Amino acid sequence: MHAMLLDNTKCVGCCACMMACREKNGLPETDNTELTASQFTIVKQARGRDGGDVNYRRLCMHCEDPTCASVCPVGAMHKTAAGPVLYDPDICLGCRYCVQACPFSVPKYEWNALVPRVRKCNFCADRLAQGKINACAEACQYGATVAGDRDALLKEARARLAARPDQYIQKIYGEHDAGGTSVLMLSSIPFSQMGLPENLSEPLPLLTFRVLSKIPPLVGVGAVMLTGLGWLTARKQAVARAEGGSK
Amino acid sequence: MTRLRSIFWRVVALAIVAAGAYATWVRFAHGLGGSTHLSDRSPWGLWIGFDVLCGVGLAAGGFTITTAVYILHMERLRPIVRPTVLTAFLGYMLVTAGLLFDLGRPWNIWRAMVWWNPHSVMFEVAWCVMLYTMVLSLEFSPMVFERLKWHRATRLVKAAVVPLVGLGFLLSTLHQSSLGSLYLILPTKVYPLWYSPVLPVLFWLSAVAIGLAMVIFESGLSARAFGRALEFDLLQGISKVMALFLGVFLAARFLDLAWRGALGYAFRFSGRGSYEAGMFWLETVLLALPVLLVAMPRVRLDPERLFACAAMAVGGFLVNRLNVATTALDASSGGRYFPSWMEVAVTMSLVVIGMTAFRLAVQYLPVFQDAPHEAEALRKPEELSQTSGVCEVSVRS
Repeated sequence: MHAMLLDNTKCVGCCACMMACREKNGLPETDNTELTASQFTIVKQARGRDGGDVNYRRLCMHCEDPTCASVCPVGAMHKTAAGPVLYDPDICLGCRYCVQACPFSVPKYEWNALVPRVRKCNFCADRLAQGKINACAEACQYGATVAGDRDALLKEARARLAARPDQYIQKIYGEHDAGGTSVLMLSSIPFSQMGLPENLSEPLPLLTFRVLSKIPPLVGVGAVMLTGLGWLTARKQAVARAEGGSK
Repeated sequence: MTRLRSIFWRVVALAIVAAGAYATWVRFAHGLGGSTHLSDRSPWGLWIGFDVLCGVGLAAGGFTITTAVYILHMERLRPIVRPTVLTAFLGYMLVTAGLLFDLGRPWNIWRAMVWWNPHSVMFEVAWCVMLYTMVLSLEFSPMVFERLKWHRATRLVKAAVVPLVGLGFLLSTLHQSSLGSLYLILPTKVYPLWYSPVLPVLFWLSAVAIGLAMVIFESGLSARAFGRALEFDLLQGISKVMALFLGVFLAARFLDLAWRGALGYAFRFSGRGSYEAGMFWLETVLLALPVLLVAMPRVRLDPERLFACAAMAVGGFLVNRLNVATTALDASSGGRYFPSWMEVAVTMSLVVIGMTAFRLAVQYLPVFQDAPHEAEALRKPEELSQTSGVCEVSVRS
């Protein structure tokens, strides 16, 4: 499966990735510093351990078991075998459950459109299909964003962690987080400083599926109970009436 | 004086509907961004929090009372069936209307029937609400058929009423609880005072309690508006069951908080978390007071005081659901959502439309009495003599 590895120790903050993304997706120039409906990736700054700035990227993580795909009532979001999590605006109801539920707060909504869409990074699915790599990875000159096969990138990430252990938090974010993601991250600062939740040990869709999967047996038990109770109360009243009548 | 008061309320209702009509135009001409305070930080607001989460709960009397009468054979409650079914039917119509405002692409709403995603709680809620609205339409239909004197249609529906009610109970149990399950997938976003693995159970319990509170509350309202109330004896019986369910809800709520070690969040009275703690206690006090008060015969046996208790419980319920929908998500979103006046106007208009429809239905349809022919069709003669007295509506002292 295709993946990307982001490494904030190598990022110089040139924003070539943002520019490439904008060009590839035909998005307008903006000075907004957050992900928006017209900005699918962003380079942000956080305070590093030595007091200097750390540049880091945010974009869709392309989860292996995506929360957005799980919550969508019509399945307008889906994970493709190649890696990208894609959105189909034609069947979308606009309920915004995906915007609400994404643990990384990635999907954004076109609030002012009359036919609004959910917008987010599509992992350059069309380029991948043509055998090219992601536009942002191609634009990065510093090795801060590299693209390739997920297993190969995990190997690469482990090599980087081992080569300069003092530079990194010893963790590959996305290897297991939220059930694993196609965007992997290495960092010199705690991942929570980049707004990434650190306690997602399992895929979030399990939280609701555990409840939903109890529904069929619950309905069965409920139906039997209702029938039983209905019969019992009717019988009780019939008995009471008969006894009352015989007195 | 009463005439003046009725003119006053009519003017207020008209003003609300006029504001709602303007807001509707803005909503559909300028989109959600132009009419609401919704944003990527707060993608769900008043229309989900009130119109859906509260609306569905407030209409829960529809399934509890029908189940009590048709499945558990509590004949005494029969006079309540029609007003609660009417309330529930109107309630679900309004929920659907509210949803059409909230959805970004409302014309796609039918697609949930064709494109299935059984992993989505929203999908399950959509199906249950749709099916239950059909059940409610059928349960409501005899009131229209009787008025039109379509006796065959009336008999047909009546013949199917028991399985319909059973189906209604199952569908309601599913979607009432699933409204809580919607939030299970947000463990990192919902504030610990409201995030709980037992949210579905809590939502079901509070819905059952508040469906009953609404029976009392509405009876009080209709007594004021058109001199028609339900038999007081019944109401105070219902208030005990309401208090029982509220009590179980509160006990479950506190046990759950203690179990998760989140009780401490309720006592953060200064600095960060004080807003959440305040809102927590507001809902808790409003829900706990009616339990204590209803336990006192002095309160329960007084129609005015009982009405006040039910109103308080309804208020506490609204605060609880709005807390889950908005307050609980403020901290993680980094903003504080407050609805725009247009969101409020649309919601209030829906409430006014619902109340007007209820009033018209009571005026033109046999809501507060069973017509004799259908009673004959359904009941045995000895039951008829038992219940015909209570069908004469108005408070019996």
